[in-house]
Amino acid sequence: MDSTAPLKSKMNDGTKAGLGGEVVSLVKNNIRDYMMYIALICIMAFFTIQTGGGFLQARNIANLVNQAGYVAVMAIGMTIILIICHIDLSVGYVAGFSGAVAAILMTKYHVNEWVAIVIVLIMGLLIGLYQGLLVTKVGVPAFVTTLAGMFIFRGLLNRSLQETGTIIIPNEGFNALSNGFIPDIVSGSSIHVLTMIIGVILVAALIWTEIKTRINKKKYNFEVISMPIFITKLVAISAIIMAIMWVLASYHGIPWTAVIVGIVLIIYNYMLNKTKLGRAIYGIGGNAQAAELSGINVKKVTLFAFASVSVMAALGGILYTSRLQSATPTAGVAFEMDAIASSYIGGVAVSGGVGRVTNTIIGTLVIMSLTNGMNLMNIDISYQYIVKGLIFIIAVAFDVRSRKK
Amino acid sequence: MSDYILEMKGIVKEFPGVKALNNVNFKVKRGEIHCLVGENGAGKSTLMKVLSGVYPYGTYTGDIVYDGEVQKFKRIADSEGRGIVIIYQELALVPELSLYENIFFGHEIMKGGAIDWNETIVQGKAMLDKVGLRADPSMKVKELGVGNQQLVEIAKALSKNVKLLILDEPTASLNEDDSQNLLRLIKELKSQGVSCIMISHKLREITAIADTITVLRDGATICSLDATERQIEEAEIIKHMVGREMDNIYPKREKKEPGDVALELKDWTVFDPSKDREILHHININVKKGEIVGLQGLMGAGRTELALSLFGNPTGYKITSGEFILKGEKVRFKHPKEAIKKGLAYVTEDRKGNGLILMQDIRYNITIANLEELVNGLAINENEEINVANGYKDSINIKAPSIEQKVGNLSGGNQQKVQLAKWMFAKPDVLILDEPTRGIDVGAKYEIYSLMNKLVEQGMSIIMISSELPEVLGMSDRLYVMSEGVIAGELSAEEATEEKVMAMAVRS
Repeated sequence: MDSTAPLKSKMNDGTKAGLGGEVVSLVKNNIRDYMMYIALICIMAFFTIQTGGGFLQARNIANLVNQAGYVAVMAIGMTIILIICHIDLSVGYVAGFSGAVAAILMTKYHVNEWVAIVIVLIMGLLIGLYQGLLVTKVGVPAFVTTLAGMFIFRGLLNRSLQETGTIIIPNEGFNALSNGFIPDIVSGSSIHVLTMIIGVILVAALIWTEIKTRINKKKYNFEVISMPIFITKLVAISAIIMAIMWVLASYHGIPWTAVIVGIVLIIYNYMLNKTKLGRAIYGIGGNAQAAELSGINVKKVTLFAFASVSVMAALGGILYTSRLQSATPTAGVAFEMDAIASSYIGGVAVSGGVGRVTNTIIGTLVIMSLTNGMNLMNIDISYQYIVKGLIFIIAVAFDVRSRKK
Repeated sequence: MSDYILEMKGIVKEFPGVKALNNVNFKVKRGEIHCLVGENGAGKSTLMKVLSGVYPYGTYTGDIVYDGEVQKFKRIADSEGRGIVIIYQELALVPELSLYENIFFGHEIMKGGAIDWNETIVQGKAMLDKVGLRADPSMKVKELGVGNQQLVEIAKALSKNVKLLILDEPTASLNEDDSQNLLRLIKELKSQGVSCIMISHKLREITAIADTITVLRDGATICSLDATERQIEEAEIIKHMVGREMDNIYPKREKKEPGDVALELKDWTVFDPSKDREILHHININVKKGEIVGLQGLMGAGRTELALSLFGNPTGYKITSGEFILKGEKVRFKHPKEAIKKGLAYVTEDRKGNGLILMQDIRYNITIANLEELVNGLAINENEEINVANGYKDSINIKAPSIEQKVGNLSGGNQQKVQLAKWMFAKPDVLILDEPTRGIDVGAKYEIYSLMNKLVEQGMSIIMISSELPEVLGMSDRLYVMSEGVIAGELSAEEATEEKVMAMAVRS
């Protein structure tokens, strides 16, 4: 009996007349997502006030993007792992070790920077396969496998930088990944023109896909939000995109990091939402046994998830090393904490089966805004951890509560 | 003292947007077996949750009078304290703990601040004797079959000094033998003064055991029938449940000459490494095109195991010898994926446990086993997918506002239809149905039977595993009886009777 209750109540909400009713039911049904956006806006507003506007300055926004990049790619990989009810604790030191290997390849062996990057990404893949095989073939729980990985890769990181200490990286191309900006097509303009053009293209693409989806949904008589709310939503999102682009354009334009994160995000989002592999990932997270009996090769998909998260860790390591323009023995410490927290704040269910990489990016922005803002305010790192931990646990507690209803 | 141990008066329970119970009156006499029947969603479970305090006092209106007093249960512990114990369909035992630990779980026998294990074992053994389970109390629950686990649950209830025992579909997952055993036990408890409320879909059992039968429909009491005065016919109960007469429980289908052999097993022998023993011995069966073949047997006879050993061995059995011929081709599948590709489908007995992905919607679940057909390059063609899902939703009458509804929110019958749609879309030649009507109501059962008939008329072959004998007899063209991992015999529809089947099933 109770099983039909939410079903009927949803139908009632839909028929409730008036815009007000629809807004109320929208908020009710999506409270989890909305809370995340509200939290992000509150955090940003708080820091903007505390820093006298410094937080929202173009330079700081570009900075924030560059700082958040390595966490974002790792969190995207982590999201897949968490959806299928596993975990990877080793990503931090895998990232640190990858950065060190890249630095050694470029400085000691004078490998071309782009070749070095490819080698490091392949190394990440091999690390992921090693851990994934332990989990799928041998049957060691992911928690234990990757905890052992923390030991191993921390050791390898320290070992590889033992003799040289911190390695300064001279390669400009490599360092531009997390410090550079895309070039402009017009020179001498006070505004970065290409950035604005990309902004307009993004907005156009957004409107086009949203309208297409809406028409499709209507064709199949699915519930759609009413026209005024639809338009309000589109205008609001477009305004936010254009505002961000405007801020970036008034500085140096779009950072390369944003381009890399954007490409990774598009690939993962497409994979999760449009392909068989994505369906399999959600299926395994929802009920692995049922997925297996539906013809999904659970072990293969799990192996893929581990390979992918380690490649993302290697990429994160490259971005972080590029950001510092050097490889240091302390790189990678606690990265896994930020990556896991980003995923959960972004709405991955602690019980698995639910999660979106687009929301994970919002989670990353929450975590990294906290870091960035508190740094601007000169708050001690010890307090930063405490604050991040509290926000993390509040978000998950809220998530668990709202899913129960 | 009143004749009634329990009187529930004018119970109203509302969920957001729906009245689950609408002025229900329900009275149970002292020392009777009271059966509560109704279609899924009629409000039986909700009523029992109100009674036991799962829905605490204040969240419903109306009075619960138990043992002559109005009760205000706030928690399950409150109702258990008064001797009301409820045993759910999904058993609440801890598989890794021993029988005696489970029996006294939550109300351990204490001596001086520590658990008195010796006394616990002695008492546990006594409780197991009471329910007639001859098992070592120190063995783990997971080593027992479902039937015996059910007995452990009752032993647990007895250890709590139960006065009113509530059983929610106690025989749903039991075979004939275990069911009879359980019903005998309930009668025995009655003679010892325990009143019993039993929720069940199995009308034959109800008419055999009930003193009073109360029918609920759409959250309201329809009638209360006294079965001590006169024999209540199944048809009468069904009439009250569905509000109309049901002439045929099993829809007719045109008997046709069966076609070629679609599936054949020769000398099929299977070893289970996790149990370290051979579980299926030299199985020889065949299924022809357009045939429904029943696979009958007691729980543990190896029916589900046989199905899984054919369907790509997801549980890791080893096939030690034998041939599996599917549509004239010798095959052996390493993964369900290969089996699906070659035209074999298996609809699991446990739709919530390993059949459906409950947190996903209808559309997702229908297409998951055959996404190949919808893939266009890399991406899934979602328009096509929506058409497919909508098509099945209409053609087999899945009741839901849209295919975007989460499967976890559907009733049992509709969940089962989603499972069937999923495997119909995989377009198999041989469909194995494992307990296809378990825990679903009469109306939905009829729809599923009709659907099976339609599928075989289109040339599909169906292997039907079921613990409900009348269902297997009513639907099959032919049936095999299994017993302890061997085929004990084969019967045609004409010669099969319940007695003959049972005789084969218990022979070993």
